[in-house]
Parts: sequence; structure tokens; C-alpha cells
Amino acid sequence: MKNSMLKIVFFAALREQLNCHELSINIEGLHTISDIKKLLANKDKNWQHTFNNMPLFCAVNHEMVDNEHKIKEGDEIAFFPPVTGG
Amino acid sequence: MIKNNTAEISIQTEDFNLTDEVALLEHNNSTDGAIVTFTGRVRNMNDGKNISSLTLEHYPIMTEKSLAKIIATAKTRWNIGRVKIIHRVGKLSIGEQIVFVGVTSQHRHSAFAANEFIMDHLKVEAPFWKKENYLNGEQWLSAKESDKQKAKKWF
Repeated sequence: MKNSMLKIVFFAALREQLNCHELSINIEGLHTISDIKKLLANKDKNWQHTFNNMPLFCAVNHEMVDNEHKIKEGDEIAFFPPVTGG
Repeated sequence: MIKNNTAEISIQTEDFNLTDEVALLEHNNSTDGAIVTFTGRVRNMNDGKNISSLTLEHYPIMTEKSLAKIIATAKTRWNIGRVKIIHRVGKLSIGEQIVFVGVTSQHRHSAFAANEFIMDHLKVEAPFWKKENYLNGEQWLSAKESDKQKAKKWF
């Protein structure tokens, strides 16, 4: 994977809804988590519906972040539903 | 025999043995007079639906980081000795053990409080997800507002 790429991973109900566990995107033009969400929501109707309607958390490099978090090259970004362990 | 496993956090598919875990918390530990353990198991029912099994998914590395942070916070709040968290992942049948939290301390109050604190925070912070499997179908569990409130009460 080139360094200008971001790895994005999805879990649980979100992974099944999108039928996607992992993808790579180029960081060019992207600055925050909000930017990534907008980009992903534009993929197709299913992605748009999912990102607009499902409550989602986001983690960058395994730490929870909010929408304004600034991303950088090589980051691993995860989207997932509220957690239900224990 | 005492297993040589002193890691505080274990995410595993295999079952655990309560007696072994308590023995590890006690081994060479003459300062702590209290041991509080919690075990979570798979219930046969939830929200009026009969469950046949659970499937647990997690986000490796983040899970361990998140639990380590919860343990570190508990250690700053209470004077506790040893901590052990075990959380199973994969497919679990009714009655199977899901999660174990063990805490030792000199006196009982800290161990009780820290154990509950760890469980309350694990529920809302650690990236685990449960899917309920029924005879006819399956469904991912939704997060509960009551769990959020329980975690908040500590602040």
C-alpha cells in the first residue's frame, strides 16, 4: 500500500450493510473524518443511506475520534456501530 | 498448576476456567484481602426473543487498547492490586461464558467499585459487537441507552 493511501475498515452491522470489510482511498483532497464520510456516502445509494442513517463511531489508529479529527497519510480509519460487548 | 499467563487482558475464542483465573489473582499475592470477580454469560432470551447463540466480533488492537485504558483509569481511581479481563469472541451458545473481570485489592470496597467501573466502561467503549442468532434469522444488537447512563454515573 502506498503511503498516500488511507486504509478504511468497517465492522459488524455496518460491514454487513455495506458488504465491505476494508478499502483503500487516496488521501488527496481529504482533511478530516467528515470529508471521508462525505466521499463514502457518495459511492452509491446504499452507502449514502447507511452513512446518513446509521449511528456510527469512528476511530483513527485505534483511538476514538470525532468528525473534525485531522487525518494524515498512513492512518487506519475504522467506522463501526455503537459497541455492544460484555 | 498455575499457568504462566499474567497478561491483564485476553481476547480469545476459547472458554476460561474461573478457578484458574482466581488462582492466578491469588498466586504470590499476600497483600490483597479482597477478590471480586464478574462473569457474563449468554442468556437464552433477550427482548422477548429466544436466542440460539451469539456471535461476537471485535476490532483487534483497538479492543486491547481500549481495555488497557479502562484498567489504567480504574487504577488511578482506586487502590487496587491485580486486574484481569477476559472477553471471548466468535460463536457462543446459551449458558457459555462471555466475559470475565477480576480485581483484587487490600479491602473489598475498591475491588467491588473497580470491577463495576471496568464492566460499565467495557460495555460502552470497547469495540465488541454481538449478533443474536435465532432459529429463524439473526440480528445485530443495538446499543442500550441504559448502558450509557451506567458508564456516565462514574463521572
